[in-house]
Amino acid sequence: MNQTGTSKAITKFLLHLHPPRVNAQAIKYTRTFGLGGIAVLLFVLLFITGMLLRFIYVPSEKGAYDSIVYLQQEVLFGQLLRNMHYWSGMLLVIVSFLHVIRVFYSQSIYNERRKNWLYGLLLMFLVILSNFTGYLLPWDQLAYWAVTIMTNMLSYIPIIGESLASLVRGSTDVNEGTLLRFYHFHTGLLPLLMVFVMSIHFWLVRKAKGVTVADATKKDMVKTNPELVYKEIVVALSLILLLIIFSMAVDAPLLDKANPLISPNPSKAPWYFMGFQELLLHMHPGFGIFIVPVLVTAFLIYIPYTKDININTGVWFNSETGKRVTIWCAFYAIVFTMLIIINTEYLLKFQQWAPDWPVLITTGLFPLLIYVAPTYLFLLFIQNKLKANKIELIMALVTILLTAYLVMTFVGSLLRGEGMHLFA
Amino acid sequence: MDFIKKITRRSFIKKAIITLVSLELIYVLVNLLKKGNQTTSSSNLFEAGDVDLFEKGKVYPFSTERFYLTRLKDGGFLALSTKCTHLGCTVQYKSKEDKFLCPCHASAFNKQGEVLSPPATRALDILPVSIHDGKIWVDTANPVKRNKYNRSQITYA
Repeated sequence: MNQTGTSKAITKFLLHLHPPRVNAQAIKYTRTFGLGGIAVLLFVLLFITGMLLRFIYVPSEKGAYDSIVYLQQEVLFGQLLRNMHYWSGMLLVIVSFLHVIRVFYSQSIYNERRKNWLYGLLLMFLVILSNFTGYLLPWDQLAYWAVTIMTNMLSYIPIIGESLASLVRGSTDVNEGTLLRFYHFHTGLLPLLMVFVMSIHFWLVRKAKGVTVADATKKDMVKTNPELVYKEIVVALSLILLLIIFSMAVDAPLLDKANPLISPNPSKAPWYFMGFQELLLHMHPGFGIFIVPVLVTAFLIYIPYTKDININTGVWFNSETGKRVTIWCAFYAIVFTMLIIINTEYLLKFQQWAPDWPVLITTGLFPLLIYVAPTYLFLLFIQNKLKANKIELIMALVTILLTAYLVMTFVGSLLRGEGMHLFA
Repeated sequence: MDFIKKITRRSFIKKAIITLVSLELIYVLVNLLKKGNQTTSSSNLFEAGDVDLFEKGKVYPFSTERFYLTRLKDGGFLALSTKCTHLGCTVQYKSKEDKFLCPCHASAFNKQGEVLSPPATRALDILPVSIHDGKIWVDTANPVKRNKYNRSQITYA
């Protein structure tokens, strides 16, 4: 019987995720840094370790913390298992973020890749949501107060905020009901949704004829197997090795059991939300948690649909000018954001200067203006001085937004101590 | 208005059905998630003790019930929620400085629950206090939101 068509089904299926031949430029490591592939691998690792953790974990107010302690102390390799899951989850947030940055700066989000940019943003959102729902599950002080702070941030969204926050928590406070629904989202709904969106994401990459290359006229094709597959295996094995070594050396944090009566000082949101928490220290929550994020998200969605732009698909930073613009903007955002943070911390007290004015203006509009106005002037300067065109200005704006968020994350998580004071 | 021209009878019906089904699913899901809210009882009266037990001008913590009972200098009672109005951390009463401090973001409140220092923008929530037969009852299930302190919030014996 002729079995060539269906024998070795699994191997063939895996190989068919790739085209039979790929462009030689596309498989150079510095083209993609393997970020998308690493994210998939981390997802698989998280799936496997997560499935194993489910055998021990008890999603209840009484049992959750004790089951984690039991896992770490009594179960063979229990601590290692939890560390692997924890660090893979954290790394997935970082890798997905870098992946988003990579496709943006290498101009791989336009034309036929537009839709995939949107699916990518959705996946990024799901990754963060998964990480956040998992954050609560150990039910220690760190988890409890991070989720309390984060869900209370939601309640500042105008009109729907209060009901949205209690919809997420299932109550006015974080309690057993919250734990149960976070557990369900984390281990059921979100992974399922991600597998579905990931399938579309990969398929759209294939439909767009694979990874973008800098020079599309060069059609030097090589065999996927072994040229690409070999590289993928090397990256995958090194990553797994590094993760195991790191997980053996560094334990995932576990504080005391959650106690709603005592907030630790300081209480912080998970680190990837620290940018938001930092923003909230300087700005009215209506702006910090609603107006600014909505504007930024709308802008990110709009980027690939911009009209009248000359795209150099696959070319890093579009051009030499683009590269210079990006560097200048990153520099500007680091310096200016730090300046504003320090100024609003010590000098600019609009609320105290004008106590009778509405807080939305004194703590919302004013801080926004003192950030937006100089940034606008800086962009005008960049446009004139470096002769930046539309697409390079978009890149400039994205760079400023990204860098500002990174600076705020850095300040919030590392420079703030007791009582959330700077350098305390 | 290109996109309006693209709508045909067929596509309109198709999209309408998809929208309706999605809305229905969302409605069901939201209601499922809301169910958790209803487990809390509509009112939960807690007996704090006899009126005479509390000295004027002092603050008494009821940490398991998550409120502070303040007796003001004029003898009036205020029950303040321990939940910080900024992001929901538990405030601590510092008797030395005579104020409530939030450990998370350093908001401070005075004995009436008014904001002394930001980032909090609202005064601490109050719990309804009622006095029957010389005993103080605090309704712990129904915190009342307020922007500022005013005298009508005080309960007198």
